[in-house]
Formats: sequence, C-alpha cells, structure tokens
Amino acid sequence: MSCDRIQDSLDAYLDRELDVLSARDFERHLNDCDACRVAFERYRDLQASVKTQLPYFQAPESLVRKIRTQLGSSERRGEPSTIAWRAWAVAASLVICLAFGTLLFRSALRPSSTELIADQVVSSHIRSLMANHLVDVPSSDQHTVKPWFNGKLDFAPPIRDLSPEGFPLIGGRLDYVDARAVAALVYKRRQHPINLFLWPASDVDSKPSALVIRGYHVIHGIQSHTAYWAISDLNADELKQFVQDFFYQSRERSDRSADYTTRTTVHSNFIAAKRGNAHNHGSQSPQMPVRPLIRESRLPLPAPCAA
Amino acid sequence: MSEKVWNKPTPEHVRKGEREVFERTVLPYVNAAYNLARWLTRREEDAEDIVQESLLRAMRSFGTFIPGRDARAWLLAIVRNCCRTRLRRKGLEEPADQLDETVPATGLWSNPETVLIENINSQLVRRAVEELPLEYREVLVLRELEELSYKEIAQILDIPLGTVMSRLSRGRRELHGRLCNVIQEGRK
Repeated sequence: MSCDRIQDSLDAYLDRELDVLSARDFERHLNDCDACRVAFERYRDLQASVKTQLPYFQAPESLVRKIRTQLGSSERRGEPSTIAWRAWAVAASLVICLAFGTLLFRSALRPSSTELIADQVVSSHIRSLMANHLVDVPSSDQHTVKPWFNGKLDFAPPIRDLSPEGFPLIGGRLDYVDARAVAALVYKRRQHPINLFLWPASDVDSKPSALVIRGYHVIHGIQSHTAYWAISDLNADELKQFVQDFFYQSRERSDRSADYTTRTTVHSNFIAAKRGNAHNHGSQSPQMPVRPLIRESRLPLPAPCAA
Repeated sequence: MSEKVWNKPTPEHVRKGEREVFERTVLPYVNAAYNLARWLTRREEDAEDIVQESLLRAMRSFGTFIPGRDARAWLLAIVRNCCRTRLRRKGLEEPADQLDETVPATGLWSNPETVLIENINSQLVRRAVEELPLEYREVLVLRELEELSYKEIAQILDIPLGTVMSRLSRGRRELHGRLCNVIQEGRK
C-alpha cells in the first residue's frame, strides 16, 4: 500500500470498515513508513477527541410526552387534581391492567416471535442453499420422505405430491427453528428451490401472511394446527400458488372432516380428545398419512391473487 | 377466494396490536431521531417539529417496515427526508453540487503541526460541525454519534457506499481544519 492509499483508506481503517486483507496491508505500511505512522496516530487521536466532544442532543421530555399523546398512547397526561381523582385513577388503571394485561402481553409477544422466526427461516433457507445441504433425504416420492422423518421429529409432517401443479418434491431435511426441530420440505419450481418449514402449533389457524425479507418471499400461517413457513426466491404469486396448493386446495374437506384434523398432528389429536370428540380414535397414530384427500374432489384453483 | 385466504402482504404484526408494536420497536429511537434532526436543522423548534412529523409518518407507513430490520435506521431515514424537505421549503438547503466529491480529501494530514487536541472542547466542536455543509453533517452524525456502519449510512442517505466513505473522510478533515483555524485564531 502506498502513502497515498493510506490517506484514502485511513477513515475506513479507523471505522473498521476495511476488509481483512486491506487492513493488513494498511498495518504493514504503517510499520514500514514512519511518516505515515506519525500522521496516522495524530489523526486518530484528533478524531477520537473530536468524537468524544461531539454533543448528542437528547429529546426533551416534553417532546416525548407530546409524541406519545399524538400516537394515542394510553399514558396518563397531567396530574389528577384531587385525592379522590387519584384513587379513582389508580383503581381504574388496576382494572385496566387486570383486564387487558394478558391480552396486551400476548399480542405484544406474538410479533416479536414472528420477527424472530422470520429471521431464522430466512437464514436457514440461505444456509441450506449455501452449504449445499438442501436435503437430508433426496426423493421426489412423498412415501419415501415422510417415513424418513419417523423418529427424528415428534410429529409427522404433512407432505404432498405437488408435481402435477408444477412443484416437484426434491426431498426433506431436518432443521431447527424457534428452538425446536422442524421438518423442512424442499420443492422446486423451475430453478427456484422452495423451503417449506413445518411444525405443530397450538394456536388456532391463521391466514397466510406474505413478507419480503432480504429479497426472499416468505409466506407463513397456521393451518390444521401446523405452523408453516414457505420461503423462496420465486416470485410472490407463484409462492402463493404453492402454499395454496399445499394447504388450501382441500380446505373445505379438511374443515368438514374431524377425522382428518385428528390425524394431522399430535396437538389436534390432543385437542380433539379433550373435547371428547366422538370421531376421534385415540389409539390412532399421529403418524397416519396426513392426506386422505381425494384429488378428484379438489376445489377449483383460486384466481391468482393481486400482490 | 383470493380475498378470503390472502391478506395483503403486510407483516402480521402491523395488523395485530399495531400501536404497541410500533411503540416498542420505533419509539425507543426518539432520541436518535431528535439528535439527527437537531444537527441537520440546527434549531431546537425545527427539530421538535421534525421528530413529531417523522414519527407520525413512520406510524402511517409502519406497514412497509420489515420486521427484523433495524428500526433505528428506518426511522432515521424518515427523519432525514423530513429535514431535507423542510430545509428545502425554507430555502435553507445548500445546493447538492456544492461538494466536489472528486477532489481528494486534504486537510490536517498535510499540515499536522496545527493539531491542538488539548484545546478542543465541546462548544468548539459543536459550532464547527454546525457550520459544515449538510452533506458532511449528516454522515458525521450518523457515524460518530449513532455509530452506524457505512452500509447502513448508505441506505439511510440513499447514496453509494463509496460516497459515504469519501464524504466521511472529507467531512472529518474539513472539520479538523476548521477547528484548527478557530483555535489558532483564538490564540492570536
């Protein structure tokens, strides 16, 4: 590295923004060149001193309060004028806390876990492509992939043959998301791999939501007590189509058939048993094939959704 | 069918308890927003207005915020745009082509004898930074006070990474030069 280059990369070096090789070159030059080293040290000290003297302006309390009010926050504004008022306020806030505390807490928790899972799912997807470890069991046959998960997971993931719809199965993989082992099914559309992560969910079904994270399309939801996250670099419409084909084609049927739900997951089995569902055969293994679905009775394909 | 099954492609959290999530994710950065607005507008009242405006805007467009991303950077980009708009409206914005990005950064590197670290104080630094062109001020605040990476700064300011790097080093040297001039003049 020349003396000129040192001058140019000085700030990037101080800010630790140089890549490892350039940083090493930089340091090597400083070792060899006294003039640059002296100048560098002076610049570094000056920079550090300026930085520590640069004031950080704190937002005034009044502004923060104004903003909270503006956003319609339930923060108390102003002091109550009498003791009675105060007592009333305390009582009221206690009641409100008791009544809504749990609700708020739950609704506040859910998004953060969604964010967390979203991030993990995207990372898993990227890692599966990067490390050339897309599948543990490469097979386009659902009857090979499904039994492979036996003994590896505490649930039997639903697997569907979607090759007629243009999403051939590539295989399956064990993955780890949200602090548990999950099934990752890999499908493909043309050259685009789709990772479908599945695990049992105790929550009620929720409609699919679409996200775009780091350029990947992600669709997640809960269907028949199975949490699913589909992710791909495929375009949004085709990924929606995929999720639709996988879960919602036979929605009507699965809703009608108690048998079907009890067979899907451990959880639904459990729930059905608690309800004393007459259709539930408690001895039935949760690993029964998930799809007693008759292809011919499939609902017509939905119109492509507007993104 | 599509209407029934598919929601709009917005993050789930926007619909459920939107305000709580917003307050939890974005509100902690009110100070960062205020600090940036204060440095860019150089006036207390303007900064307060901008922060209020930015947070309302942020709340309204919270649907476009991707969970997991840096909420601070997202908010700061909004603040910065609000500042730009306001300065432009007031006719205070310096022309963008004022800075020649091609001229190599000079300054103290070439005449280091003017370095007077012990004379630097907060008051001087503040005044010197406030006198810098807007383009320098914004990179300096984002880097020195928010300690954001070049990449994050590039995203917030919507400029290439290389420009962040050159603006930052130019800005720093310009600032160092001005400080030294002030200190030297004070001594005379």
